[in-house]
Amino acid sequence: MIQLTNVNKYFGPLHVLRDVNLTVKSGEKLVVIGPSGSGKSTLIRCMNLLEKPTSGSVIVDGVNITEPGAKVAQVRQSIGMVFQQFNLYPHKTVLENVTMAPILIQGIAPGAAEESGMVYLKRVGLDHKAKAYPSQLSGGQMQRVAIARALNMKPKIMLFDEPTSALDPEMIQEVLDVMVGLASEGITMVVVTHEMGFAREVSDRVIFMDEGQIMEEADPEHFFTNPTNERTKLFLSRILRA
Amino acid sequence: MNLFAGQQWQALFEARALFAKGLGQTVVTSALALLLSLVIGAVIGALGTAPWRIARAVNRTYVDLVQNLPLVTLVAILFFGLPHLGVNVPVFGIGVLCLGVYHGAYIAEVIRAGIQSIHRGQLEAAFSQGFTYVKAMRHIILPQAFQVILPPLTNQAVSLIKNSAVLNMIGAGEMMNVADSWAGQNSYYGPTYLLIWALFFALCFPLAQWARRLEQRAIRARGQEVQAR
Repeated sequence: MIQLTNVNKYFGPLHVLRDVNLTVKSGEKLVVIGPSGSGKSTLIRCMNLLEKPTSGSVIVDGVNITEPGAKVAQVRQSIGMVFQQFNLYPHKTVLENVTMAPILIQGIAPGAAEESGMVYLKRVGLDHKAKAYPSQLSGGQMQRVAIARALNMKPKIMLFDEPTSALDPEMIQEVLDVMVGLASEGITMVVVTHEMGFAREVSDRVIFMDEGQIMEEADPEHFFTNPTNERTKLFLSRILRA
Repeated sequence: MNLFAGQQWQALFEARALFAKGLGQTVVTSALALLLSLVIGAVIGALGTAPWRIARAVNRTYVDLVQNLPLVTLVAILFFGLPHLGVNVPVFGIGVLCLGVYHGAYIAEVIRAGIQSIHRGQLEAAFSQGFTYVKAMRHIILPQAFQVILPPLTNQAVSLIKNSAVLNMIGAGEMMNVADSWAGQNSYYGPTYLLIWALFFALCFPLAQWARRLEQRAIRARGQEVQAR
């Protein structure tokens, strides 16, 4: 579904991704962990070309989006993304946030977009907030709306870039619950997170990144109980103790 | 000169049709110039935030060229220069053109700053949903930027109205011009310029007040947003 080949990314002199090769299968739930500055956010942002790789190729659903002239905007319609800072549109109501892109970009009839939008809002438990503005919601609620907004595009892939890192602790669970529910469906998911419990529970595979490289990848069972890489061990010992 | 000389005010009152025409000319010139400056400002300002280098260069060049030129000089250059190039524009048109071009540069800066004040994440969210740059600007960025832009934009409108007095130098028939030529004939300068002052004040003060109100409202709205986080 997603295939990264020899992906390198530089920010000026900074070599953020070093020759990364990664394939995400259709329906797979992949969790990416690693210390901050390890390149995991850059990696996930390369998957919908919010960051353009300096070299290498990214193929999504059979389309090479790193090729010049690739229809990136079109491919992005099938990749939902959830950001650390939510990035809801503050000048629009919750329901408008959820229906805007389907109507304007995908050409869905407003009535149909609203109907499906309400279904997704109900699923994240916020159908009663349809007419509210983002500034009237809590962080956890905003993030759940952001998930509904992405889902209403009927994406094949969902990318989560540290979706709970900006949340107060008591709001983390409500967002994770929605994500766990989503994971039980056929959708392909890539999640950058520090939530090890979530990784353990829902992922098919965990990759550990450090210094722009994939240091280790394994199924969660092996990854957490029997990591082979020294850095992974060190990282896990720190984060699981915390 | 005695400001309280009754016959001077009497004469001024009798010439009211003349001054009303001047006032009308000021209002129409300013309104059209404002429209032109908004169009120029929107286009040039948007170019300044575009992801393409050439667009940003066009923005820089325009803004730098115009902002570092006195309005009086711009008026003189266009008034004497255009006929030289075989372009004959009536004085009224030159007035609109000068004010529009001049304030277009300032409005471009206001609009550019307004767009840039919108968090980068907004554009990224729109991109991630398949918006193109132009569609993201239109539906996501500009509507939000507009709230930020409106108060300084209104101040630019006030500035523009006041600057229309400069067009006196090319005899554009706006109210400063009417005042100058009328008082020039009879030397009733005192009452004449006091009247012009009052008229400019009547045009500009409400606008300036409105801008202040918008600004306070914007600050309050932002405060609420910050609280919500």
